[in-house]
Amino acid sequence: MSAHSVTEPSPASKWIAGILVGLYAVITLIPLIWIISTSFKSGPDSISYPPKVVFEPTLEGYVNLFTTQSRPSAEDLAKLPAPTTWYDKITRERGMIISGPSRFGQRFLNSVIIGFGSTFLSIFLGTLAAFAFSRFKVPLKDDLLFFILSTRMMPPIAVAIPIYLMFRQLGLSDTHLGMILLYTAVNLSLSVWLLKGFIDEIPREYEEAALIDGYTRFQAFYKVVLPQAATGIASTAIFCLIFAWNEYAFAVLLTSGNAQTAPPFIPTILSVGGGIDWPAVAAAATLFLLPVIIFTVLLRKHLLRGITFGAVRK
Amino acid sequence: MAQIRVENLRKDFGAFNAVKSSSFTVEDGEFFMLLGPSGCGKTTTLRMMAGLELPTSGEIYIGGEEVGMKRASERDIAFVFQMFALYPHMNVRKNISYPLVSQGIARSEVDRRVAEVVRILQIESILDKPVGGLSGGDRQRVALGRAIVRQPKAFFMDEPLGALDAEFREHMAEELRALHDRMGATTVYVTHDQLEAMQMGDKIVVMNHGVIEQFGKPQQIYDWPATKFVAKFIGSPPMSFLEFEGAIDDGGNAVTIGVSRIEVPKSREGRKGALTLGVRPEHVHLSDEAGLRGRVAAVEYLGTTQIVTIETAHGEIKARTASSDAIRTDVPVGLEFDRRSLTLFDANSGIALVSEANEGVLTRG
Repeated sequence: MSAHSVTEPSPASKWIAGILVGLYAVITLIPLIWIISTSFKSGPDSISYPPKVVFEPTLEGYVNLFTTQSRPSAEDLAKLPAPTTWYDKITRERGMIISGPSRFGQRFLNSVIIGFGSTFLSIFLGTLAAFAFSRFKVPLKDDLLFFILSTRMMPPIAVAIPIYLMFRQLGLSDTHLGMILLYTAVNLSLSVWLLKGFIDEIPREYEEAALIDGYTRFQAFYKVVLPQAATGIASTAIFCLIFAWNEYAFAVLLTSGNAQTAPPFIPTILSVGGGIDWPAVAAAATLFLLPVIIFTVLLRKHLLRGITFGAVRK
Repeated sequence: MAQIRVENLRKDFGAFNAVKSSSFTVEDGEFFMLLGPSGCGKTTTLRMMAGLELPTSGEIYIGGEEVGMKRASERDIAFVFQMFALYPHMNVRKNISYPLVSQGIARSEVDRRVAEVVRILQIESILDKPVGGLSGGDRQRVALGRAIVRQPKAFFMDEPLGALDAEFREHMAEELRALHDRMGATTVYVTHDQLEAMQMGDKIVVMNHGVIEQFGKPQQIYDWPATKFVAKFIGSPPMSFLEFEGAIDDGGNAVTIGVSRIEVPKSREGRKGALTLGVRPEHVHLSDEAGLRGRVAAVEYLGTTQIVTIETAHGEIKARTASSDAIRTDVPVGLEFDRRSLTLFDANSGIALVSEANEGVLTRG
């Protein structure tokens, strides 16, 4: 038997760990890969049995997603000039013409505005509140913290009706502002708790050094604490965005047109016309995934950077 | 630079009284040590002086100006933290220049002053490095640099060598003291290490349970402790005590312990009852003729000297003798004390009785 370090895992256990993690990754990724590949299939390919793994990719699903189309009669179709753009061409091949843009683009934009808007607000307010809870003597601090968290203990559906009535009174129904405020209210409890934990970890000496160096308390917070909390802020922001981005129950109840987000909109694609346009649905799901993935990848650098990176020895 | 005066300073945390009515003065240019065991209130006192805590009552004067309720940033002082507290997201140069930037000083002036400090501390080579990868000593130097660059009225240091390893500590202590001598800056330094305090300080305040036990020059405090606490806290090994029932008159110069008469410095006050005689190990001599007898319990070899522990009927005495003296354990010995160096304490209050030897130096807060 070869001697090996007690703390360093042996090669065999590293292999086993690697295989397990790899297996888990494959299992998690299969549905994603399936959705993404379906989005590039043609209608018949998407429902063929046995399922096609190798197929000719097309952007048909994406074109269908972003446009509304109509089927003209054969003689009308023959009279039309030749298609000029690539998406016209794809549509014409199926005997259809584009009659206008669909509502998906606008719904997607709503999701972006509401998701990122509420995330920004949750982080902005959450950081200030967490700093106050972490550093100042707040009366009834523990009770307040518990109370804040208790807002998350109720299922959304239980409070949906009162909120619906409230929003109608306040004129917030189906508005961007209303949804941003609602998601901020829900996310704030999470962000205060998470950020308080991160800020607690930052030694007070940093701020005290800044206070003595001639900065005000707010400057010390802004210039010294905030950069140190970047890791915590990044991970909290990701959690907040994922919640706001994926939220369905409130969105379906409180929005219908103007401020409707993508989650309640995507299922409506299912029931358009006769058959279900699976490539279009898959295209919507694929596009819907992208912002969260991009956001997470952008913030990954901060997630990986340890909070104890600093010069304080513990 | 400035004189610092603390008057009747008090701090309560809820029901807990951390500092009880302290008063002392730090003269201009002095290296001043706040010494005491952990939890004695020394750090709280320093933090109040720096403006990181607000006093419950009392006044703090820095350069004649009352600053007790002012913001830290308005006191024009620099603070060196035990954990250094270098801004981790900045490099060395930015850390050092940060206090100047807050004052809106021109870029060229900032560069000039940073360069000067860097030269004094000899840290040119690490100037553009991030502080994360620096060694303990370099971090310490950067923290000092950040303090010096401001040219403040006073330096406050909270156990700045506490995070360094023993060997390096010695070296940094010398460096720190040399730096102080060169700049002549008023410095208040908190430590729990009595050796560090004796080695570096011009003056020492010894605190315990929020009370100033004694205040004076290192040698005065070592030779003439004002209380039994100070006698025990300072010195390695500390002062030994003999507990006895006895009496001394005002003007008397001897006490009787058991059957032996022991000469002490001429007393300035009379006392009767439970008394304690304090003696430093170097003032104990082993002598076969002496009346006070004991038995050698242990011998610790320390190189040039050895510490002999002797058990007597009135308590344990430690003696420092040359290590060439052959002393065996379990042997009965007689004890003689150097009479000019003894201190009598009231055994109940722990306060030293005034004698002609210590009357000039007993300063309590």
